[in-house]
Amino acid sequence: MTDTLYTQLVGLCTGTLLLTSALMVWRHSLLASIRLLSAQGVALAALVAVIGAQENEAELILVSLLILATKGVALPWVLAHQTKATIRTIEESPRLNPTAALLTVTLLTILAYVVVSRLIGLGTSVGSHAAPIGLAMILTGFLLLITRRRARSQLIGFLLLDNGIATVAFLTSGGVPLLLELGVSLDVLLVVLILHVFTGRMRHKFGGTDVDQLRELHD
Amino acid sequence: MIWAAIVIAIAQVAVFVVLAPLVVGVMRQVRARLEGRAGPGVWQPWRDVRKLLRKNPVRAQGSSGMLRAGPVAVLVSSLLLCVLLPLVGTIPFDLIPSDLFVIVSVMLIGVVALALVGLDSGTAFGGMGSSRHMTVAALVEPTLLLSVYALSIPAGSSTLSLIVQARLDTPEIIISPVSVLAIVALAIAIMAETGRLPVDNPGTHLELTMLHEAMLIEASGRDLAWLELGSWLKLAALLGLVANLVVPWGVVTDFGAFALLLGTVTIAAKVLVLAVLLTVGEVFLAKVRLFQVPELLAGSFALAFLAVTASYLVA
Repeated sequence: MTDTLYTQLVGLCTGTLLLTSALMVWRHSLLASIRLLSAQGVALAALVAVIGAQENEAELILVSLLILATKGVALPWVLAHQTKATIRTIEESPRLNPTAALLTVTLLTILAYVVVSRLIGLGTSVGSHAAPIGLAMILTGFLLLITRRRARSQLIGFLLLDNGIATVAFLTSGGVPLLLELGVSLDVLLVVLILHVFTGRMRHKFGGTDVDQLRELHD
Repeated sequence: MIWAAIVIAIAQVAVFVVLAPLVVGVMRQVRARLEGRAGPGVWQPWRDVRKLLRKNPVRAQGSSGMLRAGPVAVLVSSLLLCVLLPLVGTIPFDLIPSDLFVIVSVMLIGVVALALVGLDSGTAFGGMGSSRHMTVAALVEPTLLLSVYALSIPAGSSTLSLIVQARLDTPEIIISPVSVLAIVALAIAIMAETGRLPVDNPGTHLELTMLHEAMLIEASGRDLAWLELGSWLKLAALLGLVANLVVPWGVVTDFGAFALLLGTVTIAAKVLVLAVLLTVGEVFLAKVRLFQVPELLAGSFALAFLAVTASYLVA
């Protein structure tokens, strides 16, 4: 693979990652967020595959397939596993209005850039040059966790955070060992399954998972 | 070279003065056909302008000279836009380059003149339209600046002619993520700037929603003709800019008679195709609430900003 093509492909994947994170903050509907999450998983898998192809590591290709299966297909499917008719109507009413949230995302991106360039220095390699995007995704994930009211939207923020951590790991060090990656992916899948079951039970019992209304105990 | 630049500038103005009413006519006709109406024909805007130019304007009592000067200022700023933008050819003037900041400030002259025309007649609608217009303009300008700035990073220059030239020389930067993000942001900003759906509905005079029409509502005769022609020219020129940024092939880079003819024909075809695409897209859109317009524009600002960051981070 030539260097310019490699740079362009890494740029395309990280650009998609950043764009989907920003759009997740913009859109209110849960279904749209889940679709964006799925697109982000595919972009992350593509990024790992590109890095693997550049460094001629078969293991990374395997990891990318694993990421495609869990983050691109399984997690969104678990989240969207409900009749489409009800999920379509779920609209989030975040604490921060979308204009302010989008401007916050741009500020967080600048912050990520400044912090990473101070911390590790933007090296000459393409991967470490794109590392601030991973940190920006982590910060955007925190923003979603803070500003969203519903438990399931907060879950999406958590998954964005996880995607950001994975992006930083792959861009700076060429990834973690396969066994660790497998463990982390299954861990996240399990956490999401448990949280999903919890929110389902909570909605069944109390009729909603708006955390503002969960301040007092119900009988 | 200076003669080549002057000839191209004259050609651009001539082409766009003929083309702009035709573009609006085509857009209205396509929309009418898609809605199942017969439509007035593509030459109707031309007939309207000719009719209006023969009539004396009726101006409100006590109105100032701004009502006389404003429409001409709007037209002149749009004509200047046609001179400066790289539409038919990319050969720039040495003294007045088609720099990003020059272009945006020329556009701002027209915006402010239009808002003053709306205010000057002293009616409620005019003032309302002007205040909304300035709100949208204040939100659009940063997006315009940032998105063109993002496009200028790979080209290494903020002169629009050189940006188009660079995209013609290395076509692979057209489909790079930075360029795609910036073009989307620029397209949203231009839709807001020229008062198209989903920000403003050009086909209605409903007082709750109109922006652009509210400022023209007191203008008549010659004044109205200048204002209409100015806004059409701006729409056509900005469509031409987007078309040249996406599909730069066909612009004149080496001056010659055949190249000039080819450039003229291709830019006319590109603008007309883009106008038809825009209209077909608009049929499926509804105007967003006025209070959600800042949200849309903040979204486009965020896209432009991400384009700038991505071009620094990745490239």
